[in-house]
Amino acid sequence: MNIVEKILARASGKSSVAPDDVVFANVDKVMMHDVSGPGVLKVFDKLRKQGIDVDKLWDPTKVWVAEDHFVPSADKLSAENIVKLTDFTKNYGIEKHFKYGMGQYGICHTLSHEQAMVMPGDVYVGGDSHTNTTGALGAFAVGLGHTDIAYVLLNGNIWFKVPETYYFKLNGKLPEHVMAKDLILKIIGEIGNDGGAYRTMQFGGSGIDDMSVESRLTLCNMTTEAGAKNGIVEPDQKVVDYLSAKGASNFNLVNGDADAEYAKVFEFESSEMEPIIAKPFSPDNTCVVSEAPSVELDKSYIGSCTGAKYEDLEAAAKVLKGRKVKIRTEILPAAISIYQRAMENGLLKIFLDAGVTVGPPTCGACCGAHMGVLAKDEICISTTNRNFPGRMGHVESQTYLSSPMVAAASAVTGKITDPRDLI
Amino acid sequence: MKGNVIKYDRDNIDTDVIIPGQYLKVHDYAELATHAMEGLDPDFHSKVKEGDFILSGKNFGSGSSREHAPIALSHSGVKAILALSFARIFYRNSVDGAFLLPIEIGQDAYDGISDGDELDIDISTNEIKNLTTNQSYKMKPFSEIIGKIIEAGGLFKYKPELN
Repeated sequence: MNIVEKILARASGKSSVAPDDVVFANVDKVMMHDVSGPGVLKVFDKLRKQGIDVDKLWDPTKVWVAEDHFVPSADKLSAENIVKLTDFTKNYGIEKHFKYGMGQYGICHTLSHEQAMVMPGDVYVGGDSHTNTTGALGAFAVGLGHTDIAYVLLNGNIWFKVPETYYFKLNGKLPEHVMAKDLILKIIGEIGNDGGAYRTMQFGGSGIDDMSVESRLTLCNMTTEAGAKNGIVEPDQKVVDYLSAKGASNFNLVNGDADAEYAKVFEFESSEMEPIIAKPFSPDNTCVVSEAPSVELDKSYIGSCTGAKYEDLEAAAKVLKGRKVKIRTEILPAAISIYQRAMENGLLKIFLDAGVTVGPPTCGACCGAHMGVLAKDEICISTTNRNFPGRMGHVESQTYLSSPMVAAASAVTGKITDPRDLI
Repeated sequence: MKGNVIKYDRDNIDTDVIIPGQYLKVHDYAELATHAMEGLDPDFHSKVKEGDFILSGKNFGSGSSREHAPIALSHSGVKAILALSFARIFYRNSVDGAFLLPIEIGQDAYDGISDGDELDIDISTNEIKNLTTNQSYKMKPFSEIIGKIIEAGGLFKYKPELN
């Protein structure tokens, strides 16, 4: 069995499973945020009317809650959602609630690794499509809707069809100034925005061995944009060291068997990658930066679970150091812990000296929610994950997706720019 | 199940156009319905009628896990989406929450059904009759688990024979 099959067999109490089997898997961790949480509350209200008992969760210690989409509260309605979420966690005895304005908080997928909320081998479900991110730690990490999350909260398990696995063998270390974001955009560009639909996208090979855990998180994060059920990397010593540094212990690493089967194997020469962007209006509409259209950008946005981890900010700082931005540029570290390290290590000074506005952790403009959304006809280069029509604001705005280095270089010139032309 | 078709002749209708991100804070189902499809078709709310079907191409519902998307369509009166393929979370949310039926169709049905046509869909025989043109098509049968959850009326009413 491969890693996903082994995790699902263990979680469903079976000796083995194969693609297309339907299992009810026991869940190890479940997450909801200030959008999916209130959505789950609506499901609870509906169930209560149907006479279903919703007074007790299966295990509040396995549930954690983030405030990220509409924080700091964008308006009255989003403020009320935070109040509802807070009442919910109090009433149901959920202790792991990361509240903005009270120490560590941030984007849910960022907290999953910054706070070591999820461990290798876990079945982890979250009320958000980018839950796939956390598969980089070696967990089966899957995004679900409100009804399914409500079901998990009450029953501790959920049905899955065991997915087929597409294995992506990455050969060699990424060249300097080329990032995991470039690589995953290349992959999505080749397989298409439904090229991984309903399947696992597993990454391995020497390109993964050489890659930091944070870069692996970027790869897994964007598997959602190829329609994948989940993304995953087999856990190694780097993952153990990464999580140990965040205070985790007692690892139970699951790896695929030597004779593991994959529905398809793809090979990519990661050592030959170049900076890549996705043009409007789909993450699979890619081209190398050297062939990018010559558009006048209005804004550069470095934020989100995809593109505002510490490593992402460090890469942006390399480009921005000693330079000035030519267009409106916003950098929003994805969690307070990242913000703090950025301050301690001088990144915030580099950003502010360059003229950047540094904002608080939030999903914010990535999903067109608030704080920096785009006006009609505005064009943005962004380290986020989607560029559908209206994704970051007005339906007639445009978003180009890129790595943090390309977004930073483009901020300096006002045009889509290869960072290697500046450094 | 009879209804009229609203056809969007394109692929990749994503959750951001079905219900734009600014409405994610809204959890009132009736209010969500007033913004359904706003990112693609601002007239949708005024033209959709109870019992209508949406017909579209491949990868319908791609993107976000927001259950707001099937909720907004279902509370607009839409009973089924007919598409060449579906994105997984949208598909799952539609079925587990019992909001609407995600029906996979072949290219023949996609080409043969036009905007405004009246259909009669029978999921027990997997048959789609186009009452306007008098043509019939086969839908892709639901998988066993999906069929059982639909029959039960959603995941919470489904009693699995556990493992």
